[in-house]
Amino acid sequence: MTKPRLSTLAIIVAVLAAIAFTGLSGALLNLMIFMMIIALAAQGWNILGGYVGLSSFGHAAFFGAGAYAMAVLQTRFGVNAWIALVIGIALGALVGAAIGFLSFRSGLKGSYFALITLAFAEVARILANSWNFTGGAAGILIKLQTGLPYLQFADRRYFLLIALGFVAIGLLVSWWLEHSRFGAYLVALRENEQAAQALGVDVFAVKMKAIAISGALTAAAGCLYAQNYLFIDANVAFGSWISIEALFAAIVGGSGTVLGPLLGAIVLLGLGELTKSVSGGIPGMDLLVFGVILVLSVAFSPNGLVMLMKSLGLRAPKAKEA
Amino acid sequence: MLEVKSLTKRFSGLVAVDQASLSVAKGSITGLIGPNGAGKTTLFAMVAGFLQPDGGSVSYDGRDITQLAPHVRARGGIARTFQIVQPFEGLNVQENIAVGAYLHTPDAKEAMAQAAGIANRVGLGADLAKASSDLTVAGRKRLEVARALATKPKLLLLDEVLAGLNPSEIRDVLPLVRDIRDQGVTILMIEHIMQAVMNLCDTVYVLSQGRMIAQGEPRVVCEDPQVIEAYLGHGAAERLRAERSHA
Repeated sequence: MTKPRLSTLAIIVAVLAAIAFTGLSGALLNLMIFMMIIALAAQGWNILGGYVGLSSFGHAAFFGAGAYAMAVLQTRFGVNAWIALVIGIALGALVGAAIGFLSFRSGLKGSYFALITLAFAEVARILANSWNFTGGAAGILIKLQTGLPYLQFADRRYFLLIALGFVAIGLLVSWWLEHSRFGAYLVALRENEQAAQALGVDVFAVKMKAIAISGALTAAAGCLYAQNYLFIDANVAFGSWISIEALFAAIVGGSGTVLGPLLGAIVLLGLGELTKSVSGGIPGMDLLVFGVILVLSVAFSPNGLVMLMKSLGLRAPKAKEA
Repeated sequence: MLEVKSLTKRFSGLVAVDQASLSVAKGSITGLIGPNGAGKTTLFAMVAGFLQPDGGSVSYDGRDITQLAPHVRARGGIARTFQIVQPFEGLNVQENIAVGAYLHTPDAKEAMAQAAGIANRVGLGADLAKASSDLTVAGRKRLEVARALATKPKLLLLDEVLAGLNPSEIRDVLPLVRDIRDQGVTILMIEHIMQAVMNLCDTVYVLSQGRMIAQGEPRVVCEDPQVIEAYLGHGAAERLRAERSHA
């Protein structure tokens, strides 16, 4: 397995940053911000679903935890946006640890783990929808205040840079996984839990750390989402749409790879947006395209676009020789 | 070094291991043999901590470890291989072995270097970058051993490392097992191949239908009528003796 170098990652991030300053329209900037938020959520999913092989259907629980922490702390307690961001991320890790403790203690895996995560996210959605503290069904509006201390910018490009910064952190975390003992343990668990145990791997502890990191990254995406759109309600923050997009982007891009989630998010949302504009805004057309992409990618590139590109890259020189 | 006392394991009514005891002396190669279904692998799983016994105890280095989780036992120096090889398919040979080496070093470079060293030792030196799924059966067996060795065990539990190998591959692996013991690792091995047991083991235990029916030097144990009957059926020892006296 070839692993991307740090310099490759730096170039990718630099190119994305540069694109932000090529005079893109507001709509395109918004699309890029959204891509980065989904990429970040998918990077979080990828830690658990890709590297450990524990597919979650409920990453909305982490996304929503971050989004609600951001909104509630600012509006109800007047907490500074940056501090709220940090607390939101920590809350994501904590929610991850709680869900992890309950499910890993009883050794849940595969579809059982997927279902339990889905259940947690749904419970969170229903609670947030009915509790006054979280704004109930009306949701929460974050006050518009531009400026660096408020983490809101009149110029969309700055927010894009911040989102990109988080994606860069996500890339670094995945890169570190591929070069560390912890990452090797994650993959060992995915491939064979028993064998890993026999080699001294504390399965429970490693899974707990993985889900906490995973939850933190996806919660960061939720924080950014809330701060970007300045409005959330239960169906947005804890809705199954984000669980699906997070796992979708990671799987289409290449689960268990460093670049997969980012690539998947860009391709999926890019194509989705393209369809929307071509189809003249027929509702649900982008979802239809998502479905087609999923079918195609499962059929032709089950290891994701990253692997597909690699195998094409390997084949290309041979074709020239012939 | 390893003391197993009256271990019992029941699987809903079926008594897989029934009050089995054995002891492994430090620096020895001890064999565990017995017909198919005798409960050898179940006994192994209890020693390594993968199954909790319904009765009895396991002590290691004078400490009762019956309640310890498998990874804790591994950290204490007990390593095992699996009868059905279990490579980490997504990792190449060197990375597979490194997972074991990480037990004693958090450093990736160090672990990979150690992995390469161990690969050479077990004869996988040329296959470092190979996907573990591309190895031959013999290669996978070696990989099992290499991974276990990478944890720097004091006690190595080998579960049929020779099964599925052809005679020349077996001849290659025998010196490896002896070499491991000579490096100071105590070995308890399950084995079906009598040539290997005769060759390697200092002491042999025979398990049949969950009970320990014999123990001692390999040559003596093989002559034991109870052992012959366990393998060949009731009355077999009698018949063999009769045939021999006719000849």
